[in-house]
Amino acid sequence: MVKDQEFLKSKASYCLDLAKKMGATDASVTVGHTISETVNFRNKNLDASDRSDGLALSIETYLGKKRSSITSSNLINENIKTLVEKCFETTKITPEDEFNSLPDKNLLAQKLKNLDLYDQTRFENDKKITYLKELEEAASEPEKIINTESSFTENKTNFILANSDGFCDGWKKSSFTASSVTVAKDENSMERDYEYISCRHLADIKEGSELGKKAAEQTLKKLGPKKIGSEKINLIFDKKIAKGMLSAFAGAISASSISRGTSFLKDKINQQVFSKSINVVDKPDIVKGIGSKYFDSEGVNSKTLNLVEDGLLKNYLIDTYNGKKLNLQSNGRSDGITNLYFENGNLSFEELLKISSKSLYITETIGHGSNLVTGDYSVGAAGYLIENGEFKYPVSEITIAGNFKNIFKNIILANDLEFKYSVNSPTMMIEGMTVAGK
Amino acid sequence: MSDFFDKSDLTRQDADKIVSDTLKNCDDGELYLEESKSESIVLDDNKIKSSNYSSDLGFGFRAISDEVVAYSYSNEISKDSLKSSSENLKSTLKSIKGSYNHEIPKSNKKYYEDINPIEQKSLDSKLEVLNKVNDFLRKKDGSVKQVTASFSGEQKSIEIIRSGGESLTDVRPLIRFNVSVLLEKNGRKETGVYGIGGRQSYDDYLKNDNWKNVCEEALRIASVNLESKPAPAGEMKVVLGPGWPAILIHEAIGHGLEGDFNRKKTSAFHNLIGQKVASEGVTIVDDGTVDNRRGSLTIDDEGTPTERTVLIENGILKGFMQDRHNARLMNTKSTGSGRRENYRHVVLPRMRNTMMLSGNQTQDEMIKSVDKGIFAVSFGGGQVDITSGKFVFNCTEAYEINNGKIGSPIKGATLIGDGPSILKEVSMVGNDMMMDPGIGTCGKAGQGVPVGVAQPSILIDKMTVGGTKL
Repeated sequence: MVKDQEFLKSKASYCLDLAKKMGATDASVTVGHTISETVNFRNKNLDASDRSDGLALSIETYLGKKRSSITSSNLINENIKTLVEKCFETTKITPEDEFNSLPDKNLLAQKLKNLDLYDQTRFENDKKITYLKELEEAASEPEKIINTESSFTENKTNFILANSDGFCDGWKKSSFTASSVTVAKDENSMERDYEYISCRHLADIKEGSELGKKAAEQTLKKLGPKKIGSEKINLIFDKKIAKGMLSAFAGAISASSISRGTSFLKDKINQQVFSKSINVVDKPDIVKGIGSKYFDSEGVNSKTLNLVEDGLLKNYLIDTYNGKKLNLQSNGRSDGITNLYFENGNLSFEELLKISSKSLYITETIGHGSNLVTGDYSVGAAGYLIENGEFKYPVSEITIAGNFKNIFKNIILANDLEFKYSVNSPTMMIEGMTVAGK
Repeated sequence: MSDFFDKSDLTRQDADKIVSDTLKNCDDGELYLEESKSESIVLDDNKIKSSNYSSDLGFGFRAISDEVVAYSYSNEISKDSLKSSSENLKSTLKSIKGSYNHEIPKSNKKYYEDINPIEQKSLDSKLEVLNKVNDFLRKKDGSVKQVTASFSGEQKSIEIIRSGGESLTDVRPLIRFNVSVLLEKNGRKETGVYGIGGRQSYDDYLKNDNWKNVCEEALRIASVNLESKPAPAGEMKVVLGPGWPAILIHEAIGHGLEGDFNRKKTSAFHNLIGQKVASEGVTIVDDGTVDNRRGSLTIDDEGTPTERTVLIENGILKGFMQDRHNARLMNTKSTGSGRRENYRHVVLPRMRNTMMLSGNQTQDEMIKSVDKGIFAVSFGGGQVDITSGKFVFNCTEAYEINNGKIGSPIKGATLIGDGPSILKEVSMVGNDMMMDPGIGTCGKAGQGVPVGVAQPSILIDKMTVGGTKL
């Protein structure tokens, strides 16, 4: 069982009291406990099991505008005392920074409505094993699948955030994650693909056989890829790749990269950054949502933000420190986005595929080729060539490149949005990116 | 060296007994105890942005029977906690059978000192260096718009207790100093990043005002990039500079030669031992024994002394990197490559310092031989799909080559290639092998571990460059 709120609260207030006694003007503490259990299968047999049980403590102490922090996993009171002392000693000799402060009291989260983020069901390891057996039976059925690996993870977390302004709250959350990775082989090639599902509640997890079957199908489709020539071509991003565009966007509108001047979207509020049809929303209060939260890591209330309306940039993601620097109020995004998504477009998936007579459907990107300072984007990719709306053959060992400033303005979205992850996008077409191949 | 038992109700005798008891009929396993102390101090936007200290303590208990690995960790070192881990392992390995328990070889070599780099330099003097860096860069060039400089340091003490009471220990220091600078000129912005580090004290790396060299290198890279033109797109010849560009070797070849992927036959290399996988003259080793290097280890995280493992010799694939588990299942020996990020993670076979050795050609000869291609000097990160063998890495400093001459700098572009075939495209190997400056972290299965790379300049006859210019 994860530790209860009372235990975590007692540790948090012990820290706060110590810090105050030593002379800290302000302090903030997070105490968390996570229990995680994973079972791994490989080629239809048990491969590994892994159990972890971890406490985590982080303390920030202030002396006026001086601040420093400490983290530890050792919650024995004697150790906490040593750490708080060390933290405060460091605070004393750390230079002042006028923007250091706890969040404004009036922004702190008040009352928690229930987002149903915790399912107390315990899925015993024997049940995980049964689930994975079914998954792997389905995944290994096709002849060309030569290797299967799968896992099931059950995760339970509880935490408390407390600060010297009297804030003290936290919540329990659970997650259940199943994944299937398959390797397929034919005479000339070997390919791998995966499928996974992650839910707050056990009851929402799909059948293992469905997951395994889907992973195998995706992998088989990739066999025998060709390399294509270099050209400018319209790209269609599968949903699991399209969401990467949103992640890059979120990185570029974080208050820290704006205040530091290291974002290509600096000073673009109320300007056209996407094509007119595009709306981007970050919604923290989706029931059972993977990215849902009641407040951010500073205790600031997180509300729904319309980040992009009709293509215009409306908000940054703001924390207390960088907010003060930019003269803006925190909007409860000290740890970034919550549930971020593009609203649906007007076209169906099939219509999107048929927009141009020839396009490249991207199912995989590889590498870290996003430069958020300049907006330059270049990554390795694999996918399928599409002609007249039909999948022709798999393509690999190519790169796709462009600049986000142009890419964002050339996005067309389908109407097939689903909430599977914390970042979600409908299928996306991007006009005129450069593909490098042969 | 940490004493893991002095503040616990768990005595060494208790621990020995629980370990021996739990692992009685297992093939392998151990109790791994770890204490780490780390700090990170960051200057950013003209100010000390953060100073964080962290201490972490815990154990990981592993039991292996045949192919099944059971693992349990906790950050509470106590009798109860170890007993409940033991119960958890036993319940997973329901029908334990095994007898391997192969001895750990002994060595008294050490590749770094038992120091705590955090304590060796006062916070004040670290803050002073960071402030000097900021002033130096902003004074030196008016187009400097942002400076970030950081120190990170760590001391990690580990103890491995094996069945029968055998104990193995190691104390590992690690530091890194990093500078990043943002330039803005004529409406364009570009960054340059450079860092140094390894397993010595901060001052070993900073003597003779060496921080200035780090600043100048970061500034140079940013300045070059301000002049960069769109990169070309398509297949062409690529000359790689010495040192850090060896992350090509790490991604293209290294991961595919880790024991686990080959035991599971999911690596594109699993059936290629003894075969020609690279041009003649290409020799690649993975070496954990280079003094004070970031990727070096006296013993690995299973207690095996590290070694210099030959992976490819003169173009022929010779061997894989092994931890004990995969070595046993493949009927071979551990190469001292069993590593984990910390006690929360299971051991996996990993790289240490992966190096391509020198040949006898010069960088000049390579560039002169290229009609149209690129010269890549520095990289950001890389990634590989070990099954298809496709790998990428991103240039952070690169130039066009036209008719045997180095031309304009080009924008950051991703290069993509095929691991099993790329080394056959190496047509020249330079005489200028260099280690990287000590900044690499390799990620695998969610675990990051410090690694090093090295190579001489090389010429690759054909690779796809992911630019925008057709």
